[in-house]
Amino acid sequence: MAGAIATFPTAPRAAHPDRATAEPLVVRAVLIGIVFAFFALFLFLPLLVVFMEALSKGVPAFFAVFEDSATAHAVKLTFIAAGIAVPLNTLFGLAAAWSLTRFDFPGRPVLITLIDLPLWVSPVIGGLIYVLIFGAQGWFGPWFIDHDIRIIFALPGIVLATIFVTFPFVARGLIPLMQAQGTQEEEAALSLGANGWQIFWRVTLPKIKWGLLYGIILCNARAMGEFGAVSVVSGHIRGKTNTMPLHIEILYNEYQFAAAFAVASVLCILALLTLVIKTYAEWRAEQQLAEAARTADLPIHR
Amino acid sequence: MKRFTLPGFGLTLGYTLVYLTLIVLIPLSALFLKTESGGWGHFWQTITDPRVVASYRVSFGISLVAALINGLFGVLAAWVLVRYRFPGRRLLDALVDLPFALPTAVAGIALTTLYAPNEWIGRLFAFNEPLGAWFSPHTPFGAWLTTQAWAKSYLGPAGLRIAFTQLGVLIALTFIGLPFVVRTVQPVIQDLSLDVEEAAACLGATRLQTFTRVVLPGLLPAIFTGVTLAYGRAVGEYGSIVFISGNLPFKTEITPLLIISKLENYDYTGAAGLGFIMLLASFVILLISNGLQAWDNRRKGVA
Repeated sequence: MAGAIATFPTAPRAAHPDRATAEPLVVRAVLIGIVFAFFALFLFLPLLVVFMEALSKGVPAFFAVFEDSATAHAVKLTFIAAGIAVPLNTLFGLAAAWSLTRFDFPGRPVLITLIDLPLWVSPVIGGLIYVLIFGAQGWFGPWFIDHDIRIIFALPGIVLATIFVTFPFVARGLIPLMQAQGTQEEEAALSLGANGWQIFWRVTLPKIKWGLLYGIILCNARAMGEFGAVSVVSGHIRGKTNTMPLHIEILYNEYQFAAAFAVASVLCILALLTLVIKTYAEWRAEQQLAEAARTADLPIHR
Repeated sequence: MKRFTLPGFGLTLGYTLVYLTLIVLIPLSALFLKTESGGWGHFWQTITDPRVVASYRVSFGISLVAALINGLFGVLAAWVLVRYRFPGRRLLDALVDLPFALPTAVAGIALTTLYAPNEWIGRLFAFNEPLGAWFSPHTPFGAWLTTQAWAKSYLGPAGLRIAFTQLGVLIALTFIGLPFVVRTVQPVIQDLSLDVEEAAACLGATRLQTFTRVVLPGLLPAIFTGVTLAYGRAVGEYGSIVFISGNLPFKTEITPLLIISKLENYDYTGAAGLGFIMLLASFVILLISNGLQAWDNRRKGVA
């Protein structure tokens, strides 16, 4: 019996890379070396510079930077702007993803492209358009000035510019995910008598929570770090309308390099935290997918 | 997809459209209307001003070079990250998205500090350093460089200059475009079937032939898409460039910076005109990228 089914032995692929489908060891080593060098030069060194320069005057000097009232105000303003922009864009992202992945209607691709648009437009334009509308020479500018409401060179302008620049992030994260997950579970819940909100909170949200979290955290990182758009609408009033990135620019141009890098290092830590959460979220999402496939006894579709 | 089984269509689509219109569409239309209000003659004058045209060369030209560099290294990085197993792979993979998450101003001051003369990497290109000595006027190559008009801005009194030249702009634009090619090519390499490569090897192809004739053609649509995305991102970039470029008119001045200087001089129609041109460029790049993706999907459908 054993003889009858004896065929050519097939080696497990991952453990022993086939020579036919792998490069020679030397080539592999050189390619890995080039990638390491490229990453070290472009990604690792910039990170290192930020932290080294931030601490170049010592740890006490580092913390003293944040006691300066202008710096403290910049940190506060950044949190306020992101605190308004991110929830609004999250709400929009959820609504957009629900309407675009749960229903089929004409104009869907156009709508997806339009949602993407702010990502490909120069951030400077993201500030310029609000100056054209609300600025002193703008459409509504005179009316707002007559009523003593400041939009440009004030918090509302900064929030608007931040919303524009981070507009697509949550939606972009959710649309492919919800598209891939399909609507069967929601339809099952519906047939069992659940209403719309129940379906969203109990069926959809648990399925998309990691993708949603990643979208929010990326949106937040970009909101706190936005420079070009906010630079146009803020007016650079020190201690009033400067966000952290704008404050970095001012400190840097005043040759206060250690202070500039100290503020930059906070944003850097935020960026690194974003990457950690992203990596973890992706890992969890993969796990969930594999688990679902195992319990359903279906082959994994990637 | 059944059309309207689930609830919430009117609410979510309505909210999406209202929010999109208020935040994006109406403000962007202001760009067009403001440009028109200034008259097309003034618009033409603004966008063909020699200093503005020089800034297109920087924004659109150097971005293209940066996108192509990212095309090359992005494919290499994606290949290495998917196909090889080595210590540090997960770390590298996570770091790919750094330029996406790091604020542009932070990237700008970090890169400037790396490449400015007398700083981390910039220092290595001083004429009395082993690396910089290659470009010193005392060597044949350096002497030849001093006779070249294009090289003038790169040769400082004591060494080769990177920051505050077009080379610095190129480095910053390469940095911010880095994730796009890697992230578009990675999943495609992941989904490649090894059978095809095995078949090629069985038929006597060398590994290089297999790569260039079997693997690469399958990756091309994703590579083009990634390069287009990196290009689109680089063209509008502002934050990281203003620090490292030195903003020299006709040399390293980018178009978004000219928009800001027009605003500061209260030339709103001029700023709107330049913004309109950049918006058009973004539209074209986005259309090309969507077209490439559609082409790729069609190809996959046929295969």
